[in-house]
Amino acid sequence: MTGETIAPRSKQAGGGFMLADLYQSASFQRALGRGLLYLIAVSSSAVFMFPFVWTVLSSLKRGGELFRFPPTWFPEIPQFHNYADVFEIVPWATWTWNSTFVAVVSTFGAVLTAALVGYSFARFRYPARDVLFMITLSTMMLPVEVTLIPLYLMFAKIGWLDSYRPLIVPSFFGGSAFLIFLMRQFFMSIPIDLDEAARIDGAGYVRIFWQILMPLSIPVTATAAVLTFMAQWNEFLQPFIFLNTKSKYTLAIGIRYFQAVSGFADDSEPKYHLLMAASVMMTAPIIALFFLAQQYLVQGIVMSGIKG
Amino acid sequence: MTTKATADTRTPRPRWMTNLRAKEAIAGYLFLSPWLLGIILFIVGPMITSGYLSFTRYDIVNPAEFVGLKNFTEIFTKDRLFWPSLMLTFRYALIVVPLSLIGALAAAILLNQALLGTTWFRTFFFLPHLTPIVAAAVLWAWIFNADVGPINHWIRTITGSDNAPGWFRDPDWAMTGLIIMAMWGAIGGNTMLIFLAGLQGVPQELYDAAVVDGAGLWAKFRNVTLPMLTPTIFFNMVLGIIGALRVFAAAYVATQGGPAYSTWFYSLHIYTRAFQYFEMGYASALAWIFFFVLFVFTYVQFRQSRRWVYYAGEVD
Repeated sequence: MTGETIAPRSKQAGGGFMLADLYQSASFQRALGRGLLYLIAVSSSAVFMFPFVWTVLSSLKRGGELFRFPPTWFPEIPQFHNYADVFEIVPWATWTWNSTFVAVVSTFGAVLTAALVGYSFARFRYPARDVLFMITLSTMMLPVEVTLIPLYLMFAKIGWLDSYRPLIVPSFFGGSAFLIFLMRQFFMSIPIDLDEAARIDGAGYVRIFWQILMPLSIPVTATAAVLTFMAQWNEFLQPFIFLNTKSKYTLAIGIRYFQAVSGFADDSEPKYHLLMAASVMMTAPIIALFFLAQQYLVQGIVMSGIKG
Repeated sequence: MTTKATADTRTPRPRWMTNLRAKEAIAGYLFLSPWLLGIILFIVGPMITSGYLSFTRYDIVNPAEFVGLKNFTEIFTKDRLFWPSLMLTFRYALIVVPLSLIGALAAAILLNQALLGTTWFRTFFFLPHLTPIVAAAVLWAWIFNADVGPINHWIRTITGSDNAPGWFRDPDWAMTGLIIMAMWGAIGGNTMLIFLAGLQGVPQELYDAAVVDGAGLWAKFRNVTLPMLTPTIFFNMVLGIIGALRVFAAAYVATQGGPAYSTWFYSLHIYTRAFQYFEMGYASALAWIFFFVLFVFTYVQFRQSRRWVYYAGEVD
C-alpha cells in the first residue's frame, strides 16, 4: 500500500538520485518487507498444498493416468464417478459412520473427563495432589509400545477385540495427560473468587464446575475437542491392531484397501485414483473443521498458558 | 519445657475447618477418580504385566513360561536388527526434530505477522497434518517414484543427467525420503500451533522496550522472542522427540521397513515380533528396553533444560 503511493512521486522527480532516496525510505522498506513476507507465505503454502492439490486432481483421473511420464497435472476427462466407485467397491459409508462414531464418542469422553480431572487438580487441596500431577505429566513420555501388548492381551481376554470398546472406553478415564494439563492450566487462570462467591450462595462443587467454570471455558474446551477429534479421526495404530472385520474398519485403516496390500484386498490391482478420491472424502470434513476452529485453537492454547 | 508450652497454647483447629478440609479432599479425589482408575487400568497395570512378560516366553496360545533374562540376552547378543533399528530410530529423531522445530517456529513467526488471509495460510500450512497417513504415504511414494515421480523428473531436468536418487527403492535414500515426508507433515502441525500460542503470549512491552533501546529485527528476535519462547521450545522438543522415536504408521505404510531394513524403525521391530510372530514376551522385553532408553533420554533433556529454559513466572 505504502509502496504504491510513493512510487508515482519518484517517477515525477525522475532520475537515479531520487530513486536511491526512495529505497532508503522507511515506508518503502516496510512495504518491501511485507511483500517479501507475502511471497514467502504464498510460496510455502504452495509447497504444503501441492500434495493435496495433486490428490484432488488425481482423484478425477483414470487409473492409468496417475503414473504417466512426464507427470501431468490435469485429468484428461474428469472422472467424477471415481467418487461413486469408492462407495461401490468398499463399504465406505459404513466406514465413515464407524470413524464418526468412534471419534465423536471418544472425544466426548476424553474432554468431559479431562475437564473433571483438570478441575480436581486446579481447585482442590488434598494429599499427594502434586505428586499425582507430576505422574500425570510423566505419562506423556510413556511409549505406547510398553502398554500396547498387555492391553491387547487384556482386551483379548475380556473379548473386546474386534469391537470399538478398546478405542472408546479408555477415553472415558481422563482422556490424556495433555488434555488434563490443558484444562487444568485454563481453570487455574479463572479467579477463585468466582468459586467462593458461588459457594457462599450455596453452590456445591458440581454446580460450580457446570455453571461457573465450564461456561467460562468454552474456548479451551473447543480446542481440546477439536484436537482430540482430529487425532482420533486419523488414528492408525490402535484400530489397525484392535479391529479385524472389514465392516468394522475406520476410514484411516479401511483406505488401505485401495493400496491392494497382500492379504488385505480381494484384488491385487492397486487403485490409486480411487484411493485419492477416498482420501479427499476422508480429509474434507476435518479440513472444514480446522478452518472453522483455528482461531479458537490458537486462542485456547494461548489462554491455557502452555509453557511446558 | 518451652516447646511443650507453645504446643499447648496453640489454638486447636476448629472442628468445622478440618471437616471442610476432609470434605474438600474427598471431593477432589472423586473428581480425580476417573483418571486414577485410568492410570491403574491402562498404564500401571499394563506396565507391570509387560514387565513380567518380558521375562517369559508367551505366544498367546500356550501359557506364559518364565525364562529369566533369556529374552534380554537374546536381544543384546543375537537379534541382528536390534542395534540397527535403535540407532536408525534415534538418527531419524535427531534429524527430524531440530529441523521441524526450526521450520515450525519460522512458520509460526510468519503467520504471526498479521498478514491478510492468515486464516487461509494457516489452513494451508496445516493441510499435511490432516492428510490421512495412508494417503500421504501413497502420495509420497509417487512423488519419490524413481522413474516417473515429479521429484526425479525435476532433478533430471535441472541437472541434465540421468543420475537421480532411487528414494524408497534405494537403502541409502529411503530414510531421507521418510525424513522429508515427516517434515512436510510436522512443520505446519500442532507444533506450529503451540509456537503461535507461545508467540502471542510474549508481552508487547518487552518489544517496545527493545525498540526504545534501538533493537533491530534480529536483536528483537534474539533477545526477546527466543528467550521468552524457550519453555515452548522445550515443550515442543520433548514431545517432538518422543513422537519421532515412536514413528510407526508412516514407515509401515510407505516402506514396510525396507529396502534392506534401511527404515526398520524400532516400533516396527516391536510390532513385527508382537503381532506377526506373536512373541509377546520377547516384544515386551524390546518395549521395556525402549522405555528405559527413552526415560534416560528425557531425563537428560530435563536436566539440560535448566541451563537454557527461562520461565518468566519463576521465583528463585
